[in-house]
Amino acid sequence: MSLTPAELSSSVAGGIGASPQRPDGNLKVRGEFAYASDLWHEDMIWGSTLRSPHPYARIVSIDLTEALKVPGVHAVLTHQDVPGSNLYGLEHKDQPVLAVDVVRYQGEAVALVGADHPETATRAMKRIKVEYEVLEPVVDMETAADDTPLHPGGNLVRHVPIRRGDQSPTADVVVSGRYEVGMQDQAFLGPESGLAVPAEDGGVDLYIATQWLHVDQGQVASALGMPLDKVRLTLSGVGGAFGGREDLSMQVHACMLALHTRKPVKMVYNREESFYGHVHRHPAVLHYEHGATRDGKLVYVKARIFLDGGAYASSTGAVVANAATLGVGPYEVDNVTIDCYGLYTNNPPCGAMRGFGAVQAGFAYESQMDKLAEKLGLDPVDVRIANAMTEGSVMPTGQVVDSAAPVAQLLKLVKDKPLPPVSTTLDLRSMPGGVSNTTHGEGVVRGIGYAVGIKNVCFSEGYDDYSTARVRVQVIGGELVALAHTAACEVGQGLVTIMQQIVRTELGVQRVTILPMDTSIGNGGSTSASRQTYVTGGAVKAACAAVRDKLTKLAGGRELSEVDLADLVGDDVIDETVEWRHRATEPLDPETGQGNAHVQYGFAAHRAVVDVDVELGLVKVVELDCAQDVGNALNPQAVLGQIQGGSAQGLGLAVMEEIQTVGGKVRNPSFTDYLIPTVLDMPPMSIDVLELADPNAPYGVRGVGEPPTISSTPAVVAAIRAATGLALTRVPVRPEHITQT
Amino acid sequence: MDFLRPDTFAEALAVKAERPDAVPIAGGTDVMVELNFDHRRPSALLDLTRIAELREWTTVDGRLRVGSGVPYTRIIEQLGAQLPGLAMASRTVGSPQIRNRGTVGGNLGAASPAGDTHPVLLAGDAVIEVASTRGTRMIPAAEFYLGVKRNALEPDELIAAVHLNATPGPEQFAKVGTRNAMVIAVCSFAIALHPAEKRVGAAVGSAAPTPRRATAAEEFLAGELDWAAPEPLLDSVKRRFGELVAEAASPIDDVRGSAAYRKHALAVLARRTLGWAWQDHLGKEARECA
Repeated sequence: MSLTPAELSSSVAGGIGASPQRPDGNLKVRGEFAYASDLWHEDMIWGSTLRSPHPYARIVSIDLTEALKVPGVHAVLTHQDVPGSNLYGLEHKDQPVLAVDVVRYQGEAVALVGADHPETATRAMKRIKVEYEVLEPVVDMETAADDTPLHPGGNLVRHVPIRRGDQSPTADVVVSGRYEVGMQDQAFLGPESGLAVPAEDGGVDLYIATQWLHVDQGQVASALGMPLDKVRLTLSGVGGAFGGREDLSMQVHACMLALHTRKPVKMVYNREESFYGHVHRHPAVLHYEHGATRDGKLVYVKARIFLDGGAYASSTGAVVANAATLGVGPYEVDNVTIDCYGLYTNNPPCGAMRGFGAVQAGFAYESQMDKLAEKLGLDPVDVRIANAMTEGSVMPTGQVVDSAAPVAQLLKLVKDKPLPPVSTTLDLRSMPGGVSNTTHGEGVVRGIGYAVGIKNVCFSEGYDDYSTARVRVQVIGGELVALAHTAACEVGQGLVTIMQQIVRTELGVQRVTILPMDTSIGNGGSTSASRQTYVTGGAVKAACAAVRDKLTKLAGGRELSEVDLADLVGDDVIDETVEWRHRATEPLDPETGQGNAHVQYGFAAHRAVVDVDVELGLVKVVELDCAQDVGNALNPQAVLGQIQGGSAQGLGLAVMEEIQTVGGKVRNPSFTDYLIPTVLDMPPMSIDVLELADPNAPYGVRGVGEPPTISSTPAVVAAIRAATGLALTRVPVRPEHITQT
Repeated sequence: MDFLRPDTFAEALAVKAERPDAVPIAGGTDVMVELNFDHRRPSALLDLTRIAELREWTTVDGRLRVGSGVPYTRIIEQLGAQLPGLAMASRTVGSPQIRNRGTVGGNLGAASPAGDTHPVLLAGDAVIEVASTRGTRMIPAAEFYLGVKRNALEPDELIAAVHLNATPGPEQFAKVGTRNAMVIAVCSFAIALHPAEKRVGAAVGSAAPTPRRATAAEEFLAGELDWAAPEPLLDSVKRRFGELVAEAASPIDDVRGSAAYRKHALAVLARRTLGWAWQDHLGKEARECA
């Protein structure tokens, strides 16, 4: 008989449920952590990318002559130098490694320079002569499908219909609206960076900040025309991701330069280039109609949702499916008609970002719930609770929600919190406008708003979503120690800590070393969809169980708690690798959108209290409290960090964060004008964490990272509406919207 | 790129005379941004941070002479009581780290229409002391800003100091940004009451190609205020003042805000800051009479 994890871990600190210090925490706080931008190699050269200044243009000619003459230049490469396939993409291989005869967005990579110094590379890039024939860009997502086709199959990337119940329903009360969501950026602080080192076997070793090593590996190998084993990736220090590193940036470029020059090549984007170097959150236009009874019970929801995918597909298809399947929110609705479209345009490419389609829909359906409450003269929380889904509810896809869905409870928790007092002393830091001294109380009106959201966790629609973990125990210096190895990317979220906690709990071993994440082990899946604690955590747990079985065999009938494990292992090395899958999902029916497409659902609710200077249109979020069910808080401190961070990102979308484009051109590619919340914008939070275990998930965990990003935005906007009485149908809300100037 | 590091101001002036293309750098909070974005490639940088005399402030003939290299943090901490308007504007600059490095001299050198201290310098009748090996010039702030990021400096000149009234009347500064800290002005406004001369200074920032005075607003208000027997202001006066301030601006639509919003916001800021400044004046009068 083997020992249970609880018995083994009883003597070991820092297991699950605790909040041990992060292994990388001190280094990061002291500024000593090596990020990908700190990579260095003797003899390395620097790679730079020449990008298109035009959103849409034909490339007439490219002349490299003068660039190649610059002393210190080792290589200047174009699409003709791509050894393998020039097309790549997460879902559709539609994006060129380097542009061939057309550029489809401003910032598209056209040529590469490798030089002995970044400055040399910059000079050489200025001498590359690209002749463009500028074309009229397609920039309106609502008309893009009928506009100039930007790709061979036309401009519709994906259409997901949802048809459930009566398709011609009627209701006592109908509210409708058109909502817009601006283009949000992940705004991770560590720009795209990597180092490619040519190997003696003709392959290449790439050290890179990414979210998914194996999908990068596959795409890089395909572009280089090499077998997978010749392209080896190791995760470098990642300074945040939020979805923005799911797609390739310079991975292929650095490898091409390295293989061409036979030298290590470093590439690091500066902040401006970073804004062109990764995908953003899809801007959206959402038309909604809600029908309800006079007492506020939803009868039907109809929606037409447009998501602007920009020039290339990236993960637009999956984002469309999310916006569609989660399009009514965490509510029970019998009759649903949704059409969700993802389009190609000449705007910047959009793809994964925290919340992934659920954010855009969330702003619209929560705005609608408030509108319904107002029309019926009901309390906005009461209307939500009257329609709140629970365990056993049926989604618009027909899928039954088969674990906790405490939507009403979450709403009650945030509603029952005490309200913050109105400040009686003048402290500019607590005023809209802060120390900019715009008001001493003049024009300030307080408002309160609520929202709740739903997010799927893990990959959906039948995707074979799994992770691979290897756990080894051995005796070093008389002590039994463990080592865990996966390819699952630590991007700042704390997976390294969670892995250590799981191994401590499962094996009772205090010292747990986490090996660098690389492609020498099997796929760990993407660090996205709030899935790593669930899936890689599940894999590590399973690998520990396999190790425990080996230990039990070694013990030969003795109970593990009775033996000294170090003596038992002796000189042996026990090393187990496990591939672990969550339960399977199904594709959506292409006509009706029906199917058990999602693995798990996560829920969060927010109450926002804002002070709005209604004359200047400036907003101070006074309070942004949250309640969320996390299944089981394996690391309570990390859970709170995720909820705070997700809420802050949602607040940013509500009041300031937007990449502004005109005619496909980005107007604010810098942190000077792409603003993210500061400590004076984001209030301290009171957070209620529910732990209603999901019986299908390892330890009962429920994905944490995304749900708070969904409800935070509509809660803040609802509060601004309450303060101003304005409709406010677009985020981010700008001072111009509030002052109507 | 050469990096020139003189130890004294005299030495710096000699270098600048010889290398007029050298770009002076103090805190670097503007210059380094331009270099990092590759918007500018000077042949040389002239580092002024070693020059102790630029980091001093002194009182000369009842005027404060603030060295061009005094960082915002010291203006807030050491001169806050004497120069309330300049301290308020300094407090809105960037983050604590930026305020530790950034200087009023740098603000003047860059002459960005969005520079935070400009409206205060205009409203407070500041005089800019500039120097070269040819001598020293005293330039009133109102004559200093010539165009977008253009000032009245000759190529061989450096900014030595800013001269301000050491006992100013009530002053206020307010700035609108779309974030509650660390934000570039969408528009800004400064007001300075000069009771001794029965005058008003008012200036707008980030709402025209240069920071500029709102002269018509200044004159209107000077005529309306009863300095000797001060009473609470009529709303109609505040409103008209706001309108005139807005009329003084010629803003553009840009990524930070619309022209219409800027005009609207300036009128609001002007009304509010006038109210606070006048309240301050009423308080002072009351204290002096008591």
